[in-house]
Amino acid sequence: MAMLEVRDLDVFYGVIQAIKSVSFEVNEGEIIALIGANGAGKTTILQSISGLLTPKKGSIKFEGRELVKMPTHDIVALGMAHIPEGRRIFANQTVYENLKLGAYTRKSKEETNSILEKVYKSFPRLKERSKQLAGTLSGGEQQMLAMGRALMSNPRIILMDEPSMGLSPLFVNEIFDIIKEINKAGTTVFLVEQNAKKALSIADRAYVLETGKIVIEGSAKELLNDDSVKKAYLGE
Amino acid sequence: MVRFLEQFINGLSVGSVYALIALGYTMVYGIARMINFAHGDIIMVGAYVLYVCKSIIGLPSIVSVIVTIVFCSLLGITIEKIAYKPLRKAPSLAVLITAIGMSFLLQALSLLIFGANPITFPSVIKVSPIYIGSITISGITIITFVVTFICMIGLTYFVNNTKAGSAMRAASEDKPAAELMGINVNRTISMVFAIGSALAGVAGFLYISQYQSLMPTLGALPGIKAFVAAVLGGIGSIPGAMLGGIMLGVIESLSKAYISTQLADAIVFGILVIVLIVKPSGLLGKNSIEKV
Ligand SMILES: Nc1ncnc2c1ncn2[C@@H]1O[C@H](COP(=O)(O)OP(=O)(O)OP(=O)(O)O)[C@@H](O)[C@H]1O
Ligand SMILES: [Mg+2]
Repeated sequence: MAMLEVRDLDVFYGVIQAIKSVSFEVNEGEIIALIGANGAGKTTILQSISGLLTPKKGSIKFEGRELVKMPTHDIVALGMAHIPEGRRIFANQTVYENLKLGAYTRKSKEETNSILEKVYKSFPRLKERSKQLAGTLSGGEQQMLAMGRALMSNPRIILMDEPSMGLSPLFVNEIFDIIKEINKAGTTVFLVEQNAKKALSIADRAYVLETGKIVIEGSAKELLNDDSVKKAYLGE
Repeated sequence: MVRFLEQFINGLSVGSVYALIALGYTMVYGIARMINFAHGDIIMVGAYVLYVCKSIIGLPSIVSVIVTIVFCSLLGITIEKIAYKPLRKAPSLAVLITAIGMSFLLQALSLLIFGANPITFPSVIKVSPIYIGSITISGITIITFVVTFICMIGLTYFVNNTKAGSAMRAASEDKPAAELMGINVNRTISMVFAIGSALAGVAGFLYISQYQSLMPTLGALPGIKAFVAAVLGGIGSIPGAMLGGIMLGVIESLSKAYISTQLADAIVFGILVIVLIVKPSGLLGKNSIEKV
């Protein structure tokens, strides 16, 4: 059984259908990429999974449990973290407070502290700036914070919405290295990206979304060599 | 000089009660982005509950005060649940009108139960005054200082240093992001109403100890003054509500003593207008301006 299983998902904004009968699955331990142009519906899919949006039809199962209509905070407590589009860090709280909020669902103090040490190790910059207000961090630092904050809940799966957005090429490489590390450490990753080349280079499998429908799916390698993908998303 | 000091102390005492009430407005605004116009009437309900516990049932004063606070807190949670929660996604005008309606409802209920005639209710505070030189500080003033000080310190600690306080600030800033942290935002909003209304209950106890006369509309005046205080300090800001409340009390008291009793309110509102022209977000408010 797949870890995350989405079946026949329909999502509407008012009368406009943004997602049309989308199905896909994510197996434990995988990095799955979802790529697509602006407005294809990638964010809509992620928000439906984490319960920020309620789909009109379809089912979303996480480790066998139905997520549709479950409140977001309960979904998070099951072991899912979602790094939203635009980072959405708490600008008026410090870096440290943001990280603590990431561990909100964790009961044990020792566990939280040991995860915090790990996060500081992956992102030394966050440790240096732990007392700084998050809103005053640079864009790249805010992205690190958003990732660190998501890791603080020690999730079994992380949904990432365009982690490379607005970052310099050097930084993009760093972020993708970190995503690989996170995955190696045992966390399943569902990655939404516009930077298709980068996403496909680290993903196991991928789905291509076009105006609310999945049009291509396959292993990342296949997609990297697919002519239509090359033309539309890899700029070759 | 003695008169000035006495008026100043009096102003601090009145102002700290305004501050307690203003905290309720500002915290609720911070998390629910609404002005809870029924907040002043919680003070009134608190005063009547205290009266019922103390004078009718005959409970000891301290028990009566605790029952009052708990009752107000539960009332706040209930009002939020039945009247405001269903309107979470409604336009803010609908919420505003509902809040005004809730205010009328509470006043009408107390009118129905207790009638329109003022009821005399002697203060439950039996503390003797203290004398410093030729200045007299009444027992009620002393208790007011002690109680409001404890409430403000406690609240500040809670908001800044506890997990629930951090969750409250997170939900005030970004509700979907707070949910993604695993925070139950609805429950957090409920908690804010509980705290704000408990503080209104405390204010009701202090206010009625001072004025000693019960009327269904008694919450309106302190309610509107505290609202002004919250706006003055910067709506949404907790230290702002404390500062705004205390400033308002002192300005009011000194204007009454030295300028004119009739003009005191005009002076208070005049200062509010000036502050809002110079700094539209209030003294300690964030700079983003939002219409209410
Ligand atoms: N709140 C909303 N109300 C109405 N329509 C919306 C809303 N949010 C998104 N849409 C529409 O739904 C479609 C999918 O949007 P979505 O944000 O999921 O795209 P996306 O693939 O994440 O795009 P991007 O890469 O630009 O982030 C778009 O046409 C968008 O205009
Ligand atoms: Mg998007």
